[in-house]
Amino acid sequence: MNELAELYQQVLLDHYRSPRHFGRPAGAEREAEGFNPLCGDRVKVYVDVEEGVIRALGFEGSGCAISTASASLMAEALQGRRIEEFERLFAAFRATVTGGAPDREVDLGKLAALAGVAEFPMRVKCATLAWHALEAALHSPAGGTTVSTE
Amino acid sequence: MERATAQRTAPTGFDVAELRTEFPILARRLGPHPLVYLDSAATAQKPRAVIEAVSRFYSEGNASVARGVHRLSGEATAAYEGARAAVARFLGAANPAQVAFVRGTTEAINLLAATLAERVEAGDEILVTRLDHHSNFVPWQRLASQRGARFVIAECDEEGELPLAEVEGKLSGRTRIVALPHVSNALGTVLPVSEIAARAHAAGALVVVDGAQGAPHLPLAVEALDVDAYAFSGHKTYGPTGIGALWLSPRLARELPPYQTGGGMIRTVGDETTDFAEAPQRFEAGTPAAAEAVGLAAAVEWMARVGIEAIAAHETALAEHAVARLESLDGVRVVGRPARRAGVLSFVVEGAHPHDVGTVLDAAGVAVRAGHHCAQPLMRRLGLPATVRASFAAFNTVEEVETLARAVERARDLFRGGRG
Repeated sequence: MNELAELYQQVLLDHYRSPRHFGRPAGAEREAEGFNPLCGDRVKVYVDVEEGVIRALGFEGSGCAISTASASLMAEALQGRRIEEFERLFAAFRATVTGGAPDREVDLGKLAALAGVAEFPMRVKCATLAWHALEAALHSPAGGTTVSTE
Repeated sequence: MERATAQRTAPTGFDVAELRTEFPILARRLGPHPLVYLDSAATAQKPRAVIEAVSRFYSEGNASVARGVHRLSGEATAAYEGARAAVARFLGAANPAQVAFVRGTTEAINLLAATLAERVEAGDEILVTRLDHHSNFVPWQRLASQRGARFVIAECDEEGELPLAEVEGKLSGRTRIVALPHVSNALGTVLPVSEIAARAHAAGALVVVDGAQGAPHLPLAVEALDVDAYAFSGHKTYGPTGIGALWLSPRLARELPPYQTGGGMIRTVGDETTDFAEAPQRFEAGTPAAAEAVGLAAAVEWMARVGIEAIAAHETALAEHAVARLESLDGVRVVGRPARRAGVLSFVVEGAHPHDVGTVLDAAGVAVRAGHHCAQPLMRRLGLPATVRASFAAFNTVEEVETLARAVERARDLFRGGRG
């Protein structure tokens, strides 16, 4: 059961039970919904961007512990960060949860708690759902869009 | 060991331990754990009789069916038509010509939606149920929309039952088609098919039954059900993927137009028009899946050998035991309480998402389905995003129910204190 303990770390369970930045922050003009049709998980990401900086970031939705905690930790990590920093963090995060080689220069911080996902390939899409939604929101003009994992 | 003995002498009528040795995959271990396969409602595991029948066909008898004068083609044709006769016997159908081979239940329903389309006019109604799988829901929803017909849903109650009064209330003089499952794939409810069929026929509607969970779990007498069409999938009845069967009433077998056209389904092809073959060939365009049909015949013959009544009683007993065991766990709720249940049940764990429960169970070697079970309309009605589903087959044991219950308890404890 070590892999399970590795997957469901306290940090992850804490962010699942009490998600941070839950809801639409004031001033968020962009949004995108991530949807996994295989399991029905939905996460909606709201973001306020000014001059390439993420001023505010929040999310809503219903999902499993992994997708919820990932969205919460992502929102916490990216407040006030530049879009390029998001790109680098997402690349490192994705490499980590898929068992690849993340850029050592990038500090995952608390997101490292999701590293256990690499042992559960069936759950990678849960871990990256909110990230794909945020990527879509950042690259789309103001307004809404939906990205699907399939 | 006492439990194992009880298992052998219980109402099962067969020796489960002995039967398990016929399934090569059950020897697999997942890490330190033996495989506990409780996902047969998604796809059943295959006994050696099926695997060998498919392998033997390719090793010894492979040729194109009904397309040659050479000896092998004759043998392959005989094997394919023999498979059709075996499937007819399994269904309790007197005439194999009323049994068309299809890819599975999904193709069967799509075939029906396409070939019945012309009978549905603007203002007509198609009645489905809240318990239907997407494969018996979406094709009818689409047909209704294309023909300007009303798409009507008969609602289930809190127990997961479909009350007859609800069906009666939703039937009208405009109802053309009633589509329903024999057994709910998500909740395990056995529906009163012949009672519903009698009412639908009185209203002048055709009755289409999705038997994907009926065929593996219940003894069948399709003619006594008095329905117009009954479909099932081979891979859920211990057979290969890519093959299933559609039984048609004599009238539909005679009247339905072709679905796909091409080789094997014609009598004569003129420059201007084509004369089509009779049923069942009319519905089997293209080279048929002969090896799969032979495998399916081996599967239903295997079921008959074990005893279909005995398999059904065994699975229901396991499901009822699992319901009682899971309900005894604080924080675990079984979804739906049908009066008659086949070997399928759904449950939820307080504070834990079904996918996370599924992962914890997987880590203990227990394979279940976590998700919406291709029944999103039902999940919406239940107010749940998803459930965990355990489904049982002839090869499952009481010990495996115990392993399931212990793993569910572990999942509950891991997420306890959750958002609830």
